[in-house]
Amino acid sequence: MSQELAAAGDFASIPALLARNVKTYGNRPAYREKEFGIWQSWTWAEAAEEIEKLALGLLALGIDRGDHVAIIGRNRPAHYWAMVAAQKVGAVPVPLYQDAVVEEMEYVLEHCGARFVVCGDQEQVDKVIEVQEKIHHIEHVVYYDKRGLRKYDHSHLHWYHDIQEEGHAAHSRLQGEMAAREAELDYDSTCVMLYTSGTTGRPKGVVLSNRNIIESAKNSSEFDNLGVNEDILAYLPMAWVGDFIFSLGQAMWCGFCVNCPESAETMMTDLREIGPTYYFAPPRVFETQLTNVMIRMEDSGDLKYALFHHFMDFAKKGAGEKYGMPRRKVTTQKKTLEQKIRHGFRYAMGIGFAAETIVENVIRLGFAKLRYGKDVRKHFKAKDPIGLKLYRGNAHDYFKYRLGDVLVYGPLKDTLGFGRIRVGYTAGEAIGPEIFEFYRSMGINLKQLYGQTEATVFITVQPDGEVRNDTVGVPAPGVEIKLSDTGEIFYRSPGTFVEYYNNPESTADTKDPEGWVATGDAGFFDKQNGHLRIIDRAKDVGKMADGRLFAPKYVENKLKFYPDILEAVVFGNERNMCTAFINIDLTAVGNWAERNNVAYASYQELAGHPKVLETIQEHVETVNKSVAEDEMLSGCQIHRFLVLHKELDADDGEMTRTRKVRRKIVEEKYAPLIDALYGGKSEQFIETEVTYEDGRKGSIKATLEIRDAAVVGKKQEMAAE
Amino acid sequence: MTTATDMNADSYVTADGRTIGGVVMDLKNITLRFGGVVAIKDISFDIREGEIRAIIGPNGAGKSSMLNVISGFYKPQEGEVWFRGAKRPPMKPYQVARQGLARTFQNIALFDGMTVLDNIMTGRLNHMKANIFQQAIWKGKAEREELENREICEKVIDFLEIQHIRKTPVGRLPYGLKKRVELARALAAQPSLLLLDEPMAGMNVEEKEDMSRFILDMNDEFGTTIALIEHDMGVVMDLSDRVVVMDYGKKIGDGTPDEVRNNQDVIDAYLGVAHD
Repeated sequence: MSQELAAAGDFASIPALLARNVKTYGNRPAYREKEFGIWQSWTWAEAAEEIEKLALGLLALGIDRGDHVAIIGRNRPAHYWAMVAAQKVGAVPVPLYQDAVVEEMEYVLEHCGARFVVCGDQEQVDKVIEVQEKIHHIEHVVYYDKRGLRKYDHSHLHWYHDIQEEGHAAHSRLQGEMAAREAELDYDSTCVMLYTSGTTGRPKGVVLSNRNIIESAKNSSEFDNLGVNEDILAYLPMAWVGDFIFSLGQAMWCGFCVNCPESAETMMTDLREIGPTYYFAPPRVFETQLTNVMIRMEDSGDLKYALFHHFMDFAKKGAGEKYGMPRRKVTTQKKTLEQKIRHGFRYAMGIGFAAETIVENVIRLGFAKLRYGKDVRKHFKAKDPIGLKLYRGNAHDYFKYRLGDVLVYGPLKDTLGFGRIRVGYTAGEAIGPEIFEFYRSMGINLKQLYGQTEATVFITVQPDGEVRNDTVGVPAPGVEIKLSDTGEIFYRSPGTFVEYYNNPESTADTKDPEGWVATGDAGFFDKQNGHLRIIDRAKDVGKMADGRLFAPKYVENKLKFYPDILEAVVFGNERNMCTAFINIDLTAVGNWAERNNVAYASYQELAGHPKVLETIQEHVETVNKSVAEDEMLSGCQIHRFLVLHKELDADDGEMTRTRKVRRKIVEEKYAPLIDALYGGKSEQFIETEVTYEDGRKGSIKATLEIRDAAVVGKKQEMAAE
Repeated sequence: MTTATDMNADSYVTADGRTIGGVVMDLKNITLRFGGVVAIKDISFDIREGEIRAIIGPNGAGKSSMLNVISGFYKPQEGEVWFRGAKRPPMKPYQVARQGLARTFQNIALFDGMTVLDNIMTGRLNHMKANIFQQAIWKGKAEREELENREICEKVIDFLEIQHIRKTPVGRLPYGLKKRVELARALAAQPSLLLLDEPMAGMNVEEKEDMSRFILDMNDEFGTTIALIEHDMGVVMDLSDRVVVMDYGKKIGDGTPDEVRNNQDVIDAYLGVAHD
């Protein structure tokens, strides 16, 4: 512990880091927010002053040590300041999702027992007032945006600036108290409480200590060489642990500037204006941007269209990965005279070399003219009209990539707001390989990480130069990972959460006495490069009859990746081979049928069309090949499959309303089909009951063809069984 | 007793506790004719400081003509318009604007090719005094003025939550947003009396809710007096302090929303009783 403290210096809390930043980077920008069309900025010194005034104001309102201060609002400097101000007076900030409905907010506010609430605007104040009628422990509500709140009862409602004024006025009286409370903060005191999104049951309050936040921020900043010159755009929900780490933890640790967009709608414009150097977005954001780019390229002129596709194809072949990645660290310290001379000299040499090359080529051309006849020269000219092939191999690729950078990648990156990105992260769900490849080939260092609130974000991250689409990287600095027999991932790190607030049972369930935390996800380490690969939720992973791992979701996701396949259900738990039901996507396959003059009258007919089956078989076999590459999962190759005659539907109870397959029900309902799949039949008759949207019931009869798919490796062995 | 019904008192207090001041605009026996067509027949009513005054009526009742009389665009053949205690002589539109009147139009009248920001800046034209030469030199007066006026426009943009379309040409915007931009332009002129001609026509429920909120906030925040024409009865009854009802150029009702709602003539006009 003493070692950790030494590593972090004396900065055992966020307010302590703030004080350091004021001392070291006092005049550097700390926060920017676009307001009234202009980027307003605050230096560290100014921000510290604002925070102090607010902290004193909260003290004047009677805030106690350990009080929870709920913060509800969009990303604004004032809201970040409220969090630090709360910490300064020994209270605990609890950021909430601003788009939460009243019921959700009520649960969280009641659970954390907040006496103080800081709101962004009228919308949030209204919600809190509604909650206040049911739970009575909220004493003071502070709001930042005055609009529409003039007529409200102000006995418990305060304007942010009024509180600051009061704090300023009471400076001499309360200064001592505040300093005393600030000094009490140590590495083990609570830094923040964040609520999990609660996809499984009620949200839980994750208590994170200063150690969790500061150690995680420090380790991750060092991992990616983040420094004081970074710029980030704070646009993700403040209640999410990621935003807390990026916009408060790392920003405080490194001293870099946090930029807040004008409003949620202007996020893309603001992104472009700021051009962050460090960026995080869920895959969905990248996907939308890519789609927009592609649509706009379709509308562009021929020259632009050709240029774009030529250079993107070139970059995707590996050149982007090789030549495009930004330098690891940007040095922006002022150059000494010696460095200036050295750089100047290098620059001059560069120009001289370029001039020499041109002169040399002109002379060579002259000689070539003397030496070869006109027809020979014509032949060369036809092969290489503008002299692009003057250089060969790597040098050629390098220059071509640089040319592409000037013509295509650079402007495109600038338009997307990624012009200065050195480190970009995506997490949360799997990102499609072609999306990932697109951004990386343009020279955006987009990486994946795997994390959760309980770990203070970081469990595994991808180091520069070892980025792959299908893994989530190596354990983050300071993180230990172990896998259980069932493949479930456990981790232990300095970022491991303290406890779930007021919920010792859940804490005990998740975290064992030694500090290992269960993630609930199953995965394995890639043998070749030691990267972690996530396959599924642990509870969905089973074992096959011969003891090999069975991860249906992993295979299903690979299948669903084809636009033709809407849904897939893979069976094989405790059986000797895997089989699959497949649903075709009517839009995609229908489109294909139209283009290929395949006539069909119904979904059922299209689904049973031999040509469709052939295409699906190809897909299945390709997936088998890629599944076979993973030693751990090679048992999950699909041996036999069929294409269902109807779409799996929530009305029939086969899926949940959020479109997740209910495996059990499907298994029961289509038992004859499964028996046929495992019984070696080549076709099977089935009659299924369907529920129409108006509630009437009917039935569909069909005879489905069952196909065998080629599997890779161990085929002989399987056949023998 | 000072209630909303007491029209002769200098001021009254509304149900939600706002104090409405004295008369800002007083229309006395206005009659407007277009050739033989009598658009407005002997109508008198007043608009008070800080209130939201609605003019309603079936199609062709003469509402828009009334608004044009208030804005000084039409000159009534008979009757007088008193503005802030003085009889208003016939005026050019820009003179009216200088007096602190601004309006929006039923059919949006924006500059399609210009950006939202530029459109809103045109609302400030009356406040820009630099001449063409000063504008050309830019440094000094012109720049100072531009900055001052831009600041006011930015506050309006912030108020109406249209930051995301600040640089978008108006022609590319959907209808609901265009309406909001038009309101922004009127608001940028910092009027003391704002005339809205069907601010919610052709909007969906959500857009109407937004617009209602803006109108109330505007009245609340800047104390702007608002006169509006609207067809949506629900909106009018919720928003306005007093309502004038017109039918066939005549005033058939005047009072608080409740009074108007119970007025037999108004019910007849809206439910369509045969006129003889």
